[in-house]
Amino acid sequence: MNIHEYQAKQIFAKYGVPTPRGIIANTADEAVANAKELGGTVWVVKAQIHAGGRGLGGGVKLARSLDEVKTLASEILGMTLVTHQTGPEGKLVQKVYIEEGADIKDELYLGVVLDRAKEMPIIMASTEGGMAIEDVAHDTPEKIIKVAVDPAIGFQGFHGRELVFGLGITNPDEQKKLISFASKLYKVYMDNDAEMIEINPLIKTGSGDFLALDGKMGFDDSALGRHPDIEAMRDLSEEDPDEREASEYGLSYVSLDGEIGCMVNGAGLAMGTMDTINYMGGTPANFLDVGGKANAETVAKGFEIILKNPNVKAIFVNIFGGIVRCDRIANGILEATKLVDVHVPVIVRLDGTNAIEAIEILRNANIPNIIPAVDLADGAAKAVKAAKGEK
Amino acid sequence: MSILVNKDTKVIVQGFTGKEGTFHAEQCLAYGTKIVGGVTPNKGGQEHLGLPVFNTVNDAVKNTGATVSMIFVPPAFVGDAVMEAADAGIELAVVITEGAPVRDMQMAKAYATKKGMKTIGPNCPGIITAEECKIGIMPGNIFKKGNIGLISKSGTLTYEGANQVCKEGFGISTAVGIGGDPIIGLSYKQLLPMFEADPETKAIVMIGEIGGDLEIQAAAFIKENITKPVVAFIAGQTAPKGKRMGHAGAIVSGSAGTAAEKMEALKAAGVTVVVSPAEIGKAVKEALSK
Repeated sequence: MNIHEYQAKQIFAKYGVPTPRGIIANTADEAVANAKELGGTVWVVKAQIHAGGRGLGGGVKLARSLDEVKTLASEILGMTLVTHQTGPEGKLVQKVYIEEGADIKDELYLGVVLDRAKEMPIIMASTEGGMAIEDVAHDTPEKIIKVAVDPAIGFQGFHGRELVFGLGITNPDEQKKLISFASKLYKVYMDNDAEMIEINPLIKTGSGDFLALDGKMGFDDSALGRHPDIEAMRDLSEEDPDEREASEYGLSYVSLDGEIGCMVNGAGLAMGTMDTINYMGGTPANFLDVGGKANAETVAKGFEIILKNPNVKAIFVNIFGGIVRCDRIANGILEATKLVDVHVPVIVRLDGTNAIEAIEILRNANIPNIIPAVDLADGAAKAVKAAKGEK
Repeated sequence: MSILVNKDTKVIVQGFTGKEGTFHAEQCLAYGTKIVGGVTPNKGGQEHLGLPVFNTVNDAVKNTGATVSMIFVPPAFVGDAVMEAADAGIELAVVITEGAPVRDMQMAKAYATKKGMKTIGPNCPGIITAEECKIGIMPGNIFKKGNIGLISKSGTLTYEGANQVCKEGFGISTAVGIGGDPIIGLSYKQLLPMFEADPETKAIVMIGEIGGDLEIQAAAFIKENITKPVVAFIAGQTAPKGKRMGHAGAIVSGSAGTAAEKMEALKAAGVTVVVSPAEIGKAVKEALSK
């Protein structure tokens, strides 16, 4: 789960990670009131969406008067912001964050992520703040400093020294401030079961202070149960409605841009099914894992979600029945077709325990648009044909 | 022969009396697995499925001599359960539970490693030595005894692969589902040398997926150390970037962890790489007829 910049900064503030002061606004009038409350003469009006590249897309603007705050906030609120991370359809801006202007002397990058190979979090830092870190990693990998922190010992002084010397920071006062900053950020990461934190840029001000000018956080979904405060920050409007609906029924769904709907048990086999369709010359319309308990209800829900996509020309149901016997799943599929109007050909491949009985059940049901298949290759081939309108 | 487990392996179940633990312990017993007891706190002294229940893993190990634990506790307690098993001297923990927090697994795996305990999973179907010992949730009947070792991140692809191998007239020595989480226990790199050393295993099937770099590490290892034929499939060639595909660890972040780079690395290491899981059986047959 991801959260907005203003929410990440609320968490930072709790841990003493320094940020500029700011207040969230839902309307242009609120934006002006917030700017008044913050005081000063320069404010930044920042669109709040779950995507990077907001500045380049026109979603972050500097205001030098309260009138300008109002104008900019009215422009940004309600706009559809397109960035390199939103896709061409963009994202609707519903909130703006009004932040005091900052005196930027230097821009750095600081992040914490899980290093899967090392099996521990790493702190990543770079002097190339303000740029996409993927580009820095690609063009000038030597400019990224990575410090792994073993959770068994936590953030120690030497981790901090590796960071500041790696960044070429020589002023002892600045060293101390940045080490303290990184140490607190590590604590934010661990305490909250974060999956990633990214501050880009982390700025050094004219007076040598470090501030998180931006803040991005993602969390381990498996750990949300023990963080109700973070779960409460969930912004449902930022999530794909079909993926969300699927997850409410224990299904894992990702929409793609092809023509063959897929319903499969198990994530690996679901990906393997998409790959096989592609290999046979077709295009998958989605990833859908119905999980270990494929029954009439989950299959019916699966059909419903798949068929919301108007591009779907055929559906390939690929189930490897293990503990759950295939004859039961076959009956589940037949029942599901009574619950949902399935108007495209459905190719059904059931393999594993009692597969032969299952195919008999499907044949005997004699439903014209249900086509049984004997194995994965056969099923994929039939699905590709059906999507092309061939028999 | 086989790897890690056989008909004499003594197994306990953590989360024994729960719904999942009970159902799958029964299935494993029916398969012939030597389950000798289980652990459920506050139910020590009771009997379940005709076997003793203990309050702690320590008690269970002392009283039964078990060396392997199959773990079914709820996700929030997985880390604790793995560390308890390691502390009690268990040699191999097989963690079936899906959805354990990553932070917990970091701690638990580090502690298990320190204690010399091997871990399989979490979020996996378990391990099976065909017709001898099943520790997990896989349908035992599709695994005929034979000479193919199998390592897979995915449960249903393990079944798919094993089923094809058996339909081609071969069988399975041991199959290990290693799980698709960001942090897992035993991986290809640790399991490949076990299969290499197992005289019963003649060829190895490895099934990977997008995300992380375990398959890349495996490729480097195979090139230097494995002489037996290896057939590989990597799931997720058609998966979009930045999207989590069901498994917590199955995600292409930036441009890292793609199926293409893993397939390239494996090919370069001399592995037979198939583009569809439907080709696994045939590829094994060809690899063995060379």
